[in-house]
Amino acid sequence: MELRPILSTLRRHKTTAWLLILEIALTCAIVCNAVFMINHRLQHMQMSTGIDEHALVQIQVAEVAPLPDIYARAREDLAVIRQVPGVQAATLVNQVPLGASSSNANIMLEPTQRQPTLNAGTYFGVDLGPTMGLRLLAGRYLRPEEVLDSDVVLKALADGDTKVIAPVTVITQAMAQRLWPGGEALGKMVYLGPIGVRVVGVIEQLARANAYDDATAQYSMILPMFMGAGKDQSYLIRTHPQDRHAVLKAAVAALKKADPRRVVTTQRTYDEVREKFFENDRSMAGILVGAIAALLIVTALGIVGLASFWVAQRRRTIGVRRALGATRRNILVYFQTENFLLATIGIALGMVLAYGINLFLMMHYELPRLPAVYFPVGAIALWLIGQVAVLGPALRAAAVPPVVATRSV
Amino acid sequence: MFGYYLDLALRSLRRNKALTVLMVLAIALGIGASMTTLTVLHVLSGDPLPGRSDTLYYPQIDPRDDSGQMPGEEPPEQVTLIDGLNLLHAKRADRQALMTGGYVPVQSDSAVVDPFYVEARFTTADFFPMFGAPFRYGRGWNAFDDETRARDVVINGELNGRLFGGADSVGRTLRIADTRFRIVGVLDDWAPNPHFYDLNTGSFGRTEQVFVPLQTAMGLKLERHGSNDCWGKGAGGVGRIYPGESCVWLQFWVQLDSAAKVAAYEQFLVHYSQEQKALGRFVRPPNVRLRNVMQWLAHEKVVPDDVRLQTGLAFGFLLVCLVNTIGLMLAKFMRRAADLGVRRALGASKRSLFAQLLVESGVVGIVGGVGGLLLAGLGLWAVRQRPSSYAALAHLDGSMLLVTFALALGSTLVAGMLPAWRACQVPPALQLKSN
Repeated sequence: MELRPILSTLRRHKTTAWLLILEIALTCAIVCNAVFMINHRLQHMQMSTGIDEHALVQIQVAEVAPLPDIYARAREDLAVIRQVPGVQAATLVNQVPLGASSSNANIMLEPTQRQPTLNAGTYFGVDLGPTMGLRLLAGRYLRPEEVLDSDVVLKALADGDTKVIAPVTVITQAMAQRLWPGGEALGKMVYLGPIGVRVVGVIEQLARANAYDDATAQYSMILPMFMGAGKDQSYLIRTHPQDRHAVLKAAVAALKKADPRRVVTTQRTYDEVREKFFENDRSMAGILVGAIAALLIVTALGIVGLASFWVAQRRRTIGVRRALGATRRNILVYFQTENFLLATIGIALGMVLAYGINLFLMMHYELPRLPAVYFPVGAIALWLIGQVAVLGPALRAAAVPPVVATRSV
Repeated sequence: MFGYYLDLALRSLRRNKALTVLMVLAIALGIGASMTTLTVLHVLSGDPLPGRSDTLYYPQIDPRDDSGQMPGEEPPEQVTLIDGLNLLHAKRADRQALMTGGYVPVQSDSAVVDPFYVEARFTTADFFPMFGAPFRYGRGWNAFDDETRARDVVINGELNGRLFGGADSVGRTLRIADTRFRIVGVLDDWAPNPHFYDLNTGSFGRTEQVFVPLQTAMGLKLERHGSNDCWGKGAGGVGRIYPGESCVWLQFWVQLDSAAKVAAYEQFLVHYSQEQKALGRFVRPPNVRLRNVMQWLAHEKVVPDDVRLQTGLAFGFLLVCLVNTIGLMLAKFMRRAADLGVRRALGASKRSLFAQLLVESGVVGIVGGVGGLLLAGLGLWAVRQRPSSYAALAHLDGSMLLVTFALALGSTLVAGMLPAWRACQVPPALQLKSN
């Protein structure tokens, strides 16, 4: 295919050609970045919590008047829940993965360290591992006798009388790797402020309640403390996935029956917890998909419109070429090549622009560098769109009969 | 002449119906998307208390120990109970209030309705006059009630409707956490957005239904709701009901009516820090901040990143739509170069050709702009159906309506002028030749 005639034609429509190139470049740049952002969000939404989500339901209860003994109440409630048919296990925990409301602590490797090494989610409760379905990689879980009521622990810490408490913890693999890269975590000490605890177990995964950042989402630790009943605490119930809706309803009813005056503030399956946590990411991904579709449609229609004009404008020229022996195919290929040429220039410009937009986003938002694989995505999308859009007008051009050449306009 | 040009424009537009629809739709979509996102951005970065916000300041001091201290570090975002009460009692500002969020069970005194939980604010007397909270009935409590831990409560209109059917309930009682409180005031509709005085309980669409004197609430151990940040012995952030001495968990706001008072108050905060350091309570050198409402909101970056991204995306889309329309319009005008050449040869000036073409592109722009406005209305409706906390706030106000018109007009001019100007440059003689 000879490019020269195409180029010389385009030179006569410089402004229009450049406008089309600019449109393709902008679309390409935005589409590259938008696809990348969608992927980023989808990956974030796939975050593993390390718990057996389909088998768990969460209930939160608030009391109308202060309780005389929150620990006794929590134990009674757990006993009531365990009586409900279908309940395999139940526990009380101060926060749940992806629950949004969180409890965290700064972790240090030395008690005298000035800067914390990392910040981790702190889970308190008894039998969390088996109930949540965590996977223990090394060591052991906390023993029930190590888990003391929070008042006892806080009083001991305030008095400096640390003999009564068991200073042990279970941490995630991600946290262990970050604290002791490549090393053994079991038996090592970590410090929460001045309080030292020994690592007795390492679990595969346990996401934090506020897992907004993928890099630190798995920094969690379990500490031996029982919080007692309270509006911020959650009863986590393990059941068979297909029974969970019925079990949730029955457990709520049983808790209400045990004390009709209290208020159940949260009752949801874990699927609902996850859905709620990623609600904004999902809607943002949806908006981005919509934006990409709208951009591609507008650009495609723009190409159709422009190509139609050019075809109409060049009817006589096409007729002359046909009369001089050009086949229908030659005409078709001519318009397709013209579009391919414009698209290629647009895409090249678009790549530079895409890179620039990504740099800007990296500076102002927490977004990683655009991986190179996304550049071909935008390029292929626009080449395809261009070829599809130009096909109609090009076919119309190919259908121009040679006799047009003999007619005066 | 304008009537004639308009007639010509409409004829020309009717000749390529599909193309006209495409151009109008592209402009309408671009403007609709941009205006929807810009309105959300505008609403979220708005002033929660217009006319008052520049006299309201949020003092910050630094009571932390010296572990992890870094030069130029920001002081904590809240205050400890001791510091809060000290600053409150010092009364160095025109008005001052100490507060924290709460979450309390409420029941009407007759106890026929099941108790339900509502958001609460535990605060001190100046809260209402300082923030200009409007009362429908009654008034707030006073500083004496704060100190005597009076069981007074102010409720908002929504709760008053739910419990008392909207009647004047001042003097009546309700139960909070099984304790009887006397209603002293009922607020009118009042929900500053962003929820500037306590961003920990959510930045947008939050409003408390009951307001209880802080010391009364603490005496009754009513459950609080918010964030706390602890150091030293309080590390871990765990405590029964209220955080310990080495935790910040309350917000302290002051009203300062003049620049001189602001400077004096900042000086006072430094003196206070020095004094506390001399007493051994503070360890670090004085590290204070005194920001007004808008500075505080900017510092806290309350506008979600996603909203900024959406606005950028929408304007990118608008740009593509405009380029698209300019290209199509230009191609269309150039196709008519022969007509234009004839008109030029018959004596029409460049200016009158330009005017004629501008009328044609102007029609497309104006129709697109009106369509954009309608789409923005639809877009905002869609935003309001979304689950975000700020969803309910997405409404077009007067200033945004003006911006929309300006944007539509600007887009039209850009989209119309460039092709019209380019098409006028055609030399008449060239076009008179048969091609």
